[in-house]
Parts: sequence; structure tokens; C-alpha cells
Amino acid sequence: MIRSAIVGRAAVLLAAVLLVGIAAAQTTNSETQNPANSVYAELAKAPAKAAGRHNPLEADPEAAAAGAKLFELHCAECHGATADGGKKGPSLRAQEVQQATPGTLFWLLTNGVVRKGMPVWSRLPEPQRWQLVSYIKSLGPSQAPAKQ
Amino acid sequence: MALLALGGLPAQAQESPYFVTYDHYLEEPGSLEVEYFSNLATQRGGRSFDAYWIELEYGATAWWTTELYLDAQSTFGDSTIFTGFRLENRFRLLKSEHVINPVLYVEYEQISEADKIMKEIEGHDVEADHATPNAILRQGHNHELELKLLLSSTRYGWNFAVNPLATKPLTGGDPWEFGYAMGVSRPLALKASAKRCSLCRENFVAGVEMYGGLGDRPSFGLWQTSHYLAPVVAWNLPSNWTLRLSPGFGLNDHSHQFLLRWGISREFSGFGSKVASWFGGRR
Repeated sequence: MIRSAIVGRAAVLLAAVLLVGIAAAQTTNSETQNPANSVYAELAKAPAKAAGRHNPLEADPEAAAAGAKLFELHCAECHGATADGGKKGPSLRAQEVQQATPGTLFWLLTNGVVRKGMPVWSRLPEPQRWQLVSYIKSLGPSQAPAKQ
Repeated sequence: MALLALGGLPAQAQESPYFVTYDHYLEEPGSLEVEYFSNLATQRGGRSFDAYWIELEYGATAWWTTELYLDAQSTFGDSTIFTGFRLENRFRLLKSEHVINPVLYVEYEQISEADKIMKEIEGHDVEADHATPNAILRQGHNHELELKLLLSSTRYGWNFAVNPLATKPLTGGDPWEFGYAMGVSRPLALKASAKRCSLCRENFVAGVEMYGGLGDRPSFGLWQTSHYLAPVVAWNLPSNWTLRLSPGFGLNDHSHQFLLRWGISREFSGFGSKVASWFGGRR
């Protein structure tokens, strides 16, 4: 009797926690989909020193391919399989991203845009973040209008 | 059923190897991680046991992760019992990366004294606490608030994490209890290979963690406390699964001599938007 009461209470609590969380995640969605809150604006906030960093893997012929694998694992869910923008994340083939320096993209990956739904990716070791930058820069600008 | 329906969601695994220590990385927003962990322990003066738990970890936002634990244990030659649940929330305090990144951890526990998962060691927790038969232990119940400050830093692929903790029983007027956990870990390779692979070195993260109690408010310190040192390893598979293993060794006479922890987890990316779509929301 007591056990079933505890299990019942736990189930209700789980449902409540998940619903609150899902609601919060949806709020984040609407924020990222509002152009005024675009993640692109964050690119301009990169400190000059960070923006000026060169990609140490620029000459590595395998960097973009490794970055493509990492993108599929960690980024495609939000930014779309082709990086043209997805359910939550903006297009990475937009001019704002493609024209950003490698250092700026690395800085944004490292720090995320936490208040707008993009997590920090310093969990990935530095070389892997640079591999991601190599991949993103290899995509080139999209022909289609960018999705936000 | 819901989890089966989510089986086709894409991979997104890059998990820490720790069992007790937390780093500052939260679950990705909208992702659900379903985890099963086991803690097999030797017991002097009683029966050895296997305590296990399920964790449901959900990334509510990029700065908030919420989690539910369901705990149980089997004491060999005694019985198997459900021992309670925990609700955990972690809040990232700073919006960008710093040398040291603080995360606030708040947990409510409603567990019986038969709970043996040893997810944290606090106060004067010692091996002898687990020697009593389940029939007696399960009669005692704990309602606790647990607070941790998760401090973590990642440099050159190395993660360093320190978690001081304080717990306060919400009934009975017992004092605040204290404890700690700390860990260091690193992937076996920092660069990713271009091929999709399961056995690539970058999929393995290895390290060591140490955790123990620090007494309570009237008797803060190391007197009658237990401490453990445990190598840890995680294998992050590209197919969404993560396997973890950690043999733990007691460091003093109040500690269990040996713990063997293992765990398996799977991440479901986009869980939040998938569920929202079932109720007519935007995907």
C-alpha cells in the first residue's frame, strides 16, 4: 500500500517535471526562432583576441570530414542535417556564419548561447571544436533563404 | 512505449565517465537520457549487495537540467526492495565558459534507510550502516534536501571537477551533513577520426574520482567518515549508447572495501519537441 503510494507519487512528480521542462524548452524554441533574438547577433560579441585565432587544423585534409561526423552527432538535431537550420537552431550556411572568422565560430561553440538555447560545447576537446569549424566553413553559403 | 517511439532519433552522446562527481555540462535542451546504474558492494559484518537505480535526465533549457531517480537494491540472501526516489535539478549559474564554471545542484530525496546506491557519501555514512537486514532498514525513512556546488573546469581536454555538498534532513531535526566528490578525466584522443567508428580512441573517456563524507555540523571533519577512490571509464558509442565502469576502493576502515559500479545509458535527442508534437505543439 505504502509502496504503491510512493510509486504513484513518483509518477506524478515525473510527469510534472517533464511537462515543466518541455514547456521551458518550447519557450527557448520560440526565442531562437525570433529573428530579434537571433544567435547570429552573438557572433559580434566575440572578443577581438578570440575572433583573431586561426584554425590550427586549417591545413588538415581530414578536419572537415571529421567535423562532418561530429556535426551529425552533436549539431544536426538542432541545426538540421544539412546545416540549413532546424527545429531550434539557425542556419549555419547563412552569410553571418560563413563570413565569421574561424576564431569567432570557435568562440561561439565554446561558450554557447546559453540564454537562447545553445549549450556550451567545451565538453568537446579543442581539436574537435576546430574540426567542427572546418566543416562549417567548408559548407559555403546556402542558395536557399536562411531559416531562423 | 514512448521511448520505443523515439528510437529513431539521432545520436548525441558525449558523456562524462563519473558516477558520483558532476562536471558542469548539462543535458542538451530537449534531450532525455535514460540511464541504468548498478553499485555492487562487499559488506563486512553483513551481506554484500547490489544497489541499482534508473535515472531519467531531461535538458529543460541550456541552463537547467532536471532528473528523476528511482532506487532499489538486492541484498544477497536477504531481499530485493524499492528504496525511494530523488528529484534533482542543476542550474548553470554563468552564461558562458570561465576557468571555473559553477553549477547549483538542488535535490529532494525521499528514500528509506535501506537505500544503498551511494550516489553521494555524506556526514558519517559508514559501511556498518548497510549491515542491518533490509526488514529493519526499510522502516526508517529519510526526506532530505541536498545542495551541491558543482565546480568544474576543462583545459586541454582534461576535466577537473570538485563538488562540495551539504544535506539537511527535512524531518527529525537532524543536523546538516557534509561531503565531497572530485574527479579528473580526459578523452583518450582529442581529435576525432573522420570515420564513424565504435572503437575509436576519442569515444573513450577515462579518469579517476574520489568521494567521501565530512561529518556533520556538530562534528565536522574526517572522524568516523568513509572515503573512496575509483578509476572511471566511459565508452560513448555513436549509436547513442554510453557504457560506464568503475571499480571503487575504500580508503579507510569505515569504508566498504570494494565497490563495482557500472552503468548503461541512452540519449533521446529532441524528446521535448517530439512529446510536444503529440499534444499539438510545434516540433
